Amino acid sequence: MTAKPLLTMRKIYKVFPGVKALSDVDFTLRSGEIHALLGENGAGKSTLIKVLTGVEKLDSGQIELSGEEIRTKSPKHAQELGISTVYQEVNLCANLSVAENIFIGREPKKNGMIDWKTINSRTKKLLNKLNIDIDVTQTLSHYSVAVQQMVAIARAIDVEAKVLILDEPTSSLDATECEKLFNVMNQLKSEGMGIVFVTHFLDQVYAVSDRITILRNGELVGEFLAAELPKLELISKMIGKGYDVLSETIKNTDNDQDIEKQVYLRADKVLSIGNIKEFTLDVKKSEVLGLAGLLGSGRSETARVIFGADKVSSGTLYIKGEKVNLGKPLDAIKKGIAYCPEDRKTDAILGNLSIRENIIVALQSKEGMFKFIGRKKQEEIADYYIKLLQIKTPNREQLIKNLSGGNQQKVILARWLATHPELLILDEPTRGIDIGTKAEIQQLVVELAHGEMAVIFISSEMDEMLRCCTRMAVFSEKQKLGELEGDEISEQKIMKMIAGGNER
Amino acid sequence: MIISMLKKNFSIIVTILLFVVLFIAGAATYKGFLNAQVFLNLLIDNAYLIIVAIGMTFVLISGGIDISVGSVVAFVCMFSAHLLQKGWNPVAVMLLSLTVGTFGGFIMGYMIHCYEVQPFIATLAGQFLYRGICYVISTESISITNPTYSFIANYQIRLAPKMYISISVVIALLMVAVTAIVLKYTKFGRNVYAIGGNEHSAGLMGLPVAHVKISVYALSGFCAALGGIVFSFYTLSGYGLQNIGLEMDAIASAVIGGTLLTGGVGTVIGSMFGVLIQGIIQTIIIFQGNLSSWWTKVAVAALLCLFVVLQRVIETKGQSVKQQKKAAV
Repeated sequence: MTAKPLLTMRKIYKVFPGVKALSDVDFTLRSGEIHALLGENGAGKSTLIKVLTGVEKLDSGQIELSGEEIRTKSPKHAQELGISTVYQEVNLCANLSVAENIFIGREPKKNGMIDWKTINSRTKKLLNKLNIDIDVTQTLSHYSVAVQQMVAIARAIDVEAKVLILDEPTSSLDATECEKLFNVMNQLKSEGMGIVFVTHFLDQVYAVSDRITILRNGELVGEFLAAELPKLELISKMIGKGYDVLSETIKNTDNDQDIEKQVYLRADKVLSIGNIKEFTLDVKKSEVLGLAGLLGSGRSETARVIFGADKVSSGTLYIKGEKVNLGKPLDAIKKGIAYCPEDRKTDAILGNLSIRENIIVALQSKEGMFKFIGRKKQEEIADYYIKLLQIKTPNREQLIKNLSGGNQQKVILARWLATHPELLILDEPTRGIDIGTKAEIQQLVVELAHGEMAVIFISSEMDEMLRCCTRMAVFSEKQKLGELEGDEISEQKIMKMIAGGNER
Repeated sequence: MIISMLKKNFSIIVTILLFVVLFIAGAATYKGFLNAQVFLNLLIDNAYLIIVAIGMTFVLISGGIDISVGSVVAFVCMFSAHLLQKGWNPVAVMLLSLTVGTFGGFIMGYMIHCYEVQPFIATLAGQFLYRGICYVISTESISITNPTYSFIANYQIRLAPKMYISISVVIALLMVAVTAIVLKYTKFGRNVYAIGGNEHSAGLMGLPVAHVKISVYALSGFCAALGGIVFSFYTLSGYGLQNIGLEMDAIASAVIGGTLLTGGVGTVIGSMFGVLIQGIIQTIIIFQGNLSSWWTKVAVAALLCLFVVLQRVIETKGQSVKQQKKAAV
């Protein structure tokens, strides 16, 4: 690999009101390399990328592309210079066709008119290169997020980019899709492109990256060769402390088999058409029940049925032995079930409301509209949970949209804890948040189950599930395959069950 | 392939089908309805509304709304009548009207984009302003006696014996054709869709959001002014109370024609049929003879509900398909 720098950023400073987002950061990208940009939330990765792509103006510093100094003025300008970006949230227009999403802004023309034929055929070729075979004239909204992500990447690489920035491209992809993406990345790398790869998944970093640059609190920690930096060291550099907090098992194993735990909720032969095939599941008090499986395996659907968000087509739910009919989430909330949904941005956060209001909202709806919770009481509750969960905020009246992802997640947790639930369902509670906060949330989950509470825990990260859950139900293809308990639980066993399930 | 074509243009096909059904129903019920001139009269009577609806369609696709257009039409009629009365050159009057309309739209677009004013509010201000100026010019109706205007108003383009259209119809159809091509085959047109679909994404994809958004309102202002000129051919007078609520007719036409108020979806051809459907309902009611013409509004209200619900159903169906696909991945 040649060590010729393609892109260098020197002494980059960027200050937002009240926050030093970047101070004295250097970054070097060489052609033909995949360079991971890592750091916890708020470390400055996004800001560095925004400065580079012209979304934000930099305060001071120097950017050179192929030896020439540049100053990007807008995303369009950056694109013209050869810097393409794929953002974490798919930034395309869902109402346009797949082909148009790839070519809009630079449409080929014939006689002054947009040449749709060329657009469609070129798109087809381009996507074939990425092993995707879809109807390119169909609107983008017809396809899954994974396909949309691939379309975004196709758009980015078709503009003759020298530098490709992938900002958390894998957060909505499953394992095989990731594999596909990595193949594409390697192919582009061999063509001489420089790729900046931002992600939270460390395994993926090692799977494809050549080099790693780490940021912490807006400052540069250093640049390393991926091969020479062990994972543990990498993590400690990211969080600035030892890895010990994360390596040990925290689940509560002492009183497992001896005492028969009380069943809190039983789903007996429950079926929800289109969502999940018939399953029977017990949720017991004082335990963390994991729902394991791949994305779309039915694990979230199971949680949604229990919460009354999806309709029960047949079968019955029992809560503490009593038959219940949960027609809508409010029924479930009133019975003492709380649900933190998977997608906190769209399903949970009320961005323009304060932390206090966000915490109180579920409790208020449980109490009913006419039992208004007094301001003072609200403040007490908010302060209590801000302290309990160590939510980092100047005060309780801060708008939730101004918090980092991890702290937002804690507020959502607080919202449900404030209703004193008997069953807490957590769907991907740690997605997209930094390792330090992850550990805190995991710890909290286990502590909650230590009391009376029953917890259902869903996560894509196997490590996390293994650390927290005392019992696991395994899902594949919208079907419950079986359960594992105590010492039976291991990554291998779960994988085997899922693989076996697929054969059927 | 054909099925997917049908699916993609589902709402416009429904609109056209509805028009055909209404026409057949009219023809079956009333003697003399099945006459080419009945159809051509639809175009003659609604040419101005078609033109206004075109501008509205652009604005709606971009995700905005323009409720000033009715006042613009009234203003242009009043303004033209006033200047013609003073002896201005008719061509100069027309050009000035178009300029004023376009510039007004530009100002509103500028406010909406640069100061992030709600489109509803910005164009509401425009609505009051234009309507106000109408009355400042005169509280009475002013008739237009200019020979050029009279000539254009009365000129009949014969298509066949006993079949004719007015110059206004030619203008309207030409506008439909040109704007349909603009929407489908130019960068500007596609950018309008992109911005209506997701403005933030459009910006990140490097599209000129500011330029397009402001242009859309300027275009709507232009169309409204042109609609005003055509309307002044139609009535040969200006009056401050004219066309109150016209903007709502234009919005209703666009929605019946398949335009989504949330932006990103719509066609001018659909809007044209939206106008024609409203027109044909009115024609049927005239043929019926006993009903008040306000029954048109009742029928349009029912249609609007039907179409909005239909759009929602299509949308949710699309989403469930997407979820199934997602699950299959």
